[in-house]
Amino acid sequence: MKQFRTMVYARTMEFVRDRGTFFWNLLFPVLLVFGFSFAFSGEGQPLFKVGVLGSPPAALESPASFLAIEQGRFIVYGPEESREAVLDRLRRHELDMVLDPGSRSYYLNVQGRNASLLRRLAAADPGLREYVERTVTGAPIRYVDWLVPGVIGMNIMFSCLFGVGFVLVRYRKNGVLKRLKATPVSAAAFVTAQAVSRFLIVILTSVVVFAGTNAFLRFRMEGSWAALLAIAALGIVSMEALGLVFAARLRSEELVNGLMNLATLPMLALSGVFFSLEGSPDILKSVSRALPLTHAIGAARAVMLEGAGFGRIAPDLLFLGIFSAAALALASALFRWE
Amino acid sequence: MATILEAAGLRKRYGSVQAVDGVSLAIEEGTCLGILGPNGAGKTTTIEMMEGILAPDEGTVTFRGEPIGREFKRKVGIQFQTTALPEFITVRETLKLFSSFYPSPRPFDEVVDLCSLSDILDRDNRKLSGGQRQRMLLALAIAPRPDVVFLDEPTTGLDPQARRNFWDLVRGIQAEKTTVVLTTHYMDEAQTLCDEVAIMDRGRILERGNPSRLLARHFRGALVRIPRGCVDGDRVPGKLVADHLEIQSENLDKTMRELLAAGVNLEGLSIHKPDLEDLFIELTGSSLRN
Ligand SMILES: Nc1ncnc2c1ncn2[C@@H]1O[C@H](COP(=O)(O)OP(=O)(O)OP(=O)(O)O)[C@@H](O)[C@H]1O
Ligand SMILES: [Mg+2]
Repeated sequence: MKQFRTMVYARTMEFVRDRGTFFWNLLFPVLLVFGFSFAFSGEGQPLFKVGVLGSPPAALESPASFLAIEQGRFIVYGPEESREAVLDRLRRHELDMVLDPGSRSYYLNVQGRNASLLRRLAAADPGLREYVERTVTGAPIRYVDWLVPGVIGMNIMFSCLFGVGFVLVRYRKNGVLKRLKATPVSAAAFVTAQAVSRFLIVILTSVVVFAGTNAFLRFRMEGSWAALLAIAALGIVSMEALGLVFAARLRSEELVNGLMNLATLPMLALSGVFFSLEGSPDILKSVSRALPLTHAIGAARAVMLEGAGFGRIAPDLLFLGIFSAAALALASALFRWE
Repeated sequence: MATILEAAGLRKRYGSVQAVDGVSLAIEEGTCLGILGPNGAGKTTTIEMMEGILAPDEGTVTFRGEPIGREFKRKVGIQFQTTALPEFITVRETLKLFSSFYPSPRPFDEVVDLCSLSDILDRDNRKLSGGQRQRMLLALAIAPRPDVVFLDEPTTGLDPQARRNFWDLVRGIQAEKTTVVLTTHYMDEAQTLCDEVAIMDRGRILERGNPSRLLARHFRGALVRIPRGCVDGDRVPGKLVADHLEIQSENLDKTMRELLAAGVNLEGLSIHKPDLEDLFIELTGSSLRN
């Protein structure tokens, strides 16, 4: 145990004293979050979206209806979408208004940017004369709210892959592993110590980055911190496990660097770090679902933006767990000191 | 005394190079064995196989009669010829780290004292001078309080004073019954420290034994050396070594008289007591090779 603690300590000091890497791990995500929050702080799209539950009343399709004006757009939700699900979209500002012809009512989000405009338009619309107004509340989701899980997820990915994988290959190449092989330390204990050290570093930097940017940007947080931490922890473990697979026996830093870039690029593009994959071809979506980062980021967004509980994110956590176990098994089968 | 470590029929090949070509060595507990040999002779390869770091192509290594394995790793201390140390951590941290791997390591202060590390304890491993680094690596080798210590060229790069300190240190751990296996290119070092030397070349052991007895076996009396320019032709018995003629003499009086009679100019003559270096040159012919 003492041996394990000393190894974790040594590796952690090595990281902390490597100032360049240390600050990069903290600064990079912070800069990204602030940068994007600034870049996307302007008004979003000008059109308003109206969700309709069931089939739209004929009057609304007449040219006299306010919904016929240029900027408006109908989205008709069939019976498979529950009323609550559609209203949730209104609460999240994905919709500006919901029409429910069945109960002759329309819903507005009182915090919506277009709420008062739509109220006036609706009042003036002959087709809606008999409709009653109902309201929901929900703060808008800014791009940065959506982005922050992605950026932290990306930082976790880089920090784990390179911090565990790349460093192990460097140790192998320059002979540190050979020196350790000459001691009674087992490969498993040594590698676990590396992983634990990196785990502590990454979870801490993630919390610091989140708290630091949150202090200024006040992210939307609907769910529980426990769920978010669980996702982060499993995300870190899965990325470390992937890093260990790469590092199991390679000796060349250049090669492992190349391979890791090969792995991180698709994850950056397909795990929904910066933009949503909704609406992209099915093939991309299925690739995306096979990537651990997709599940980590997706689950974190569900918790933060939609208040998902453990029940809803369980499939994602399960995926991350199975992925980690499989990668660790592969890495330990492949591992060589030299 | 019991055999503590035994290598039998070790062979190792790298591509077309037969680095070690059938080496067998038995080492008595508490003794110091020196492995000597020219560059590329296979010394490092041999001891890395004995350390259990390198798998031999053929042959076995046994520790107290058992094949070397996990248990053996707790009982050996190793200083590699070249090793990287973890970066960004200090000498103190490195020493504590490595000590923590062993069941009953030597107390920290004792190691620091033995290897004169007190001045550099808080220095980053990367900022050590060649000799400081060498002392640090030595400290890592003796910190486990091992039964067997392997030292691969431990004094390369040390200043003369540090070398003397190292000798004292080795004598000190020998007094604790530690078995020492070392390689060196310094014959004076082998002569002072080693109970036995093995002279290797091209992957084989050419000679092995106690230094004084080996010298007695190969040389009689003293070596008389005359610069090549002072001798003409083959009027004098002896052999050419590098730039001088070398005559083995059991009776200096007689040799001198013969030389004078042969009209040799005695101006540059020197008389030399044969040492390991002479034996090394004689056996490996290294100055004549290539
Ligand atoms: N990893 C390796 N791959 C290929 N050849 C090797 C390797 N290690 C050693 N050799 C070759 O094996 C031979 C013996 O090398 P070794 O390192 O054992 O020599 P040595 O006696 O320790 O030499 P030195 O005094 O220079 O340290 C050399 O010809 C060397 O080139
Ligand atoms: Mg060598």
